[in-house]
Amino acid sequence: MTAGTIAEPAPGTAGTPRSTRARIARLVQRQGALVILVLAALSATAAFDSFGTQRNVTSIAVQVSFLAVVALGMTFVILTGGIDLSVGSVFALGGVLAAWGSQHGALVALLLPLAVCGAIGLVQGLIIARGGLPPFIVTLAGLLFARGLLLALTDEGSTTYKVPAGSAFRELAQGKLLGVNHSVWVVVVLFAVGGLVLHRTSYGSTVLAIGGQEDAADLMGLPVARTKIVAYVMSGLLAGLGGILIASYTSSGVTILGAGMELEAIAAVVLGGTLLTGGAGTVLGTLVGVLLLQVIKNVINQVGSLDSNWQAVVSGSILLLVVTLQRYLARVERR
Amino acid sequence: MTDLATTPPPPTRAQPVRRVDSDWVRRNGVYVALALLVAVNVVITDNFVDAGTLRLQLIQVVPVLIVALGMALVIGTEGIDLSVGAVMALAAAIIPLYVGYGASVAILVALLAGAASGTLAGTLVARVGVQPIVATLGIMVAGRGVANLMGGEIKTIREPSIVSLGTGSVLGIPYVVLIAAVVAVVVWFLVRRSTYGRQLVAIGGNARAAELAGLPVKRVLTTTYLVCGLLAALAGVLLAARSQASDPTKVGLLIELSAITAVVIGGTPLSGGQVRIVGTIAGALLMQLITATLIFHNIPDSTAQMVQAVIVIAAVYVQIGRRKAGS
Repeated sequence: MTAGTIAEPAPGTAGTPRSTRARIARLVQRQGALVILVLAALSATAAFDSFGTQRNVTSIAVQVSFLAVVALGMTFVILTGGIDLSVGSVFALGGVLAAWGSQHGALVALLLPLAVCGAIGLVQGLIIARGGLPPFIVTLAGLLFARGLLLALTDEGSTTYKVPAGSAFRELAQGKLLGVNHSVWVVVVLFAVGGLVLHRTSYGSTVLAIGGQEDAADLMGLPVARTKIVAYVMSGLLAGLGGILIASYTSSGVTILGAGMELEAIAAVVLGGTLLTGGAGTVLGTLVGVLLLQVIKNVINQVGSLDSNWQAVVSGSILLLVVTLQRYLARVERR
Repeated sequence: MTDLATTPPPPTRAQPVRRVDSDWVRRNGVYVALALLVAVNVVITDNFVDAGTLRLQLIQVVPVLIVALGMALVIGTEGIDLSVGAVMALAAAIIPLYVGYGASVAILVALLAGAASGTLAGTLVARVGVQPIVATLGIMVAGRGVANLMGGEIKTIREPSIVSLGTGSVLGIPYVVLIAAVVAVVVWFLVRRSTYGRQLVAIGGNARAAELAGLPVKRVLTTTYLVCGLLAALAGVLLAARSQASDPTKVGLLIELSAITAVVIGGTPLSGGQVRIVGTIAGALLMQLITATLIFHNIPDSTAQMVQAVIVIAAVYVQIGRRKAGS
């Protein structure tokens, strides 16, 4: 970067870009992950006979649904300029609560985790929005708290609750509609609703305004604190729902799940083109990010001879590659 | 510089007494909390005032402390480094792999790996312009994967010189504690007495202004992440030497979070522009002592984690919240 680019304003962030080159750069910058996703899926279909099969595609859809629902909540939090590190623990807690609750009926299995996880999100949101503490630290404490609560519920992690055989709760993720698991449909509907909320409601505009410039949003009289609190409640609820879905899918409350999930979710959101500083991004981008991470995992599984640790190496590298590309293209666009 | 920098803030809010108070708490709260917790332990914990107990506490704080010192520098530039845990695991995984060429070679390779990873993070942040949290998140995920690929399973380390590095002591002070002390002094010196330290703080305060003033912003940023990676690798080496084993799936897990908490509790603001080394040391000791206190009294892990969560929030509220909540 030369000294000239510093003083230059950034017209590319708003309004229409000037040249065709800039317009292409802008498109690729926004949709970089989508391009890589399509390329990865196409080459995987060509390379492995088993990749494109209906069974494998369904499997990807099911596997991706758990992270997707968590990343959806994370998208809103990040768009407000925050971050939620607690989602991995809350996800695991939601799963354990659902499995425990399923002994008392499907309704308890559904409502109990949502209530607890939503409450955790509410407390975090209150401390962040009203107390003015950094989201990073607050949700880190939330991570510890939720994990502690999970351990307390499971005799220090030694008990795994099972969903009773024949429970209607199992149907949630194991039952199928049109050959696709219910949980996948739930995620599809949630993303559609999430997209509408973000791009078509005043709440969504407020979220984007806060992430863009919080002080300005505050001066404009937007309900900054309330909007942030709602975002953290949503993130808690959706992380809990992710846990509910996986508990239904595995018929048990596995205590060790969710470690590192917050980072996967953040990676998916960033891959989807949402800025970590908040203010700009899309719900659909997040879905693309989640799918990309899952396709990478699936391809590495297909290769078979590769150690599963390559998944982490490739996912991390792709994340760095995409953000580097985004930065580079942003500069091209500015010229 | 002094004349320009000390322009008093406009007296819009006339509560000078309370402001001094909260500022004092922010600066010294960590020492008060540490002293209180030590005092409480002296009273309620059997055998707390015992050379063996204190020694063990010091040994156990070493990895977090060394990582936190590097983290303090990064946070001083208004950055963050999430990759430290993965870098620790990477360094620890390298030791058994290269120990056949001699202990010093293995340690050197491990430290170089940390420096390389830090340079990558620094380059991404300073030259490419990636946000620190994203750049180091990517390195964290990939780095842990590489460490697992290298290590695979738990490997024991029997090389005598590495074992003695981890377990030996001089005048009753373990080598690892001495090394951590030396690192702390060096980092303190860097921050307080070197040009680099002043540039770092200036950049953290206002990167744009620092760049316009002609400071080598990119070089200083890259160096800072390099130092952080190097220190994380050192922590990994020392941990591997002490435990005489390396388990890449476990080494350094969540240490980034403990380190960040130690730095913030120690009075370094996440918004950069200030680095408090002594506070960071006290913060690391405080975190260690909280964990130890809960273990001394057989508090189950579940309760311990919930208690820690509440303490972190309370401590940070005292550090930061009071100012913001009042405005």
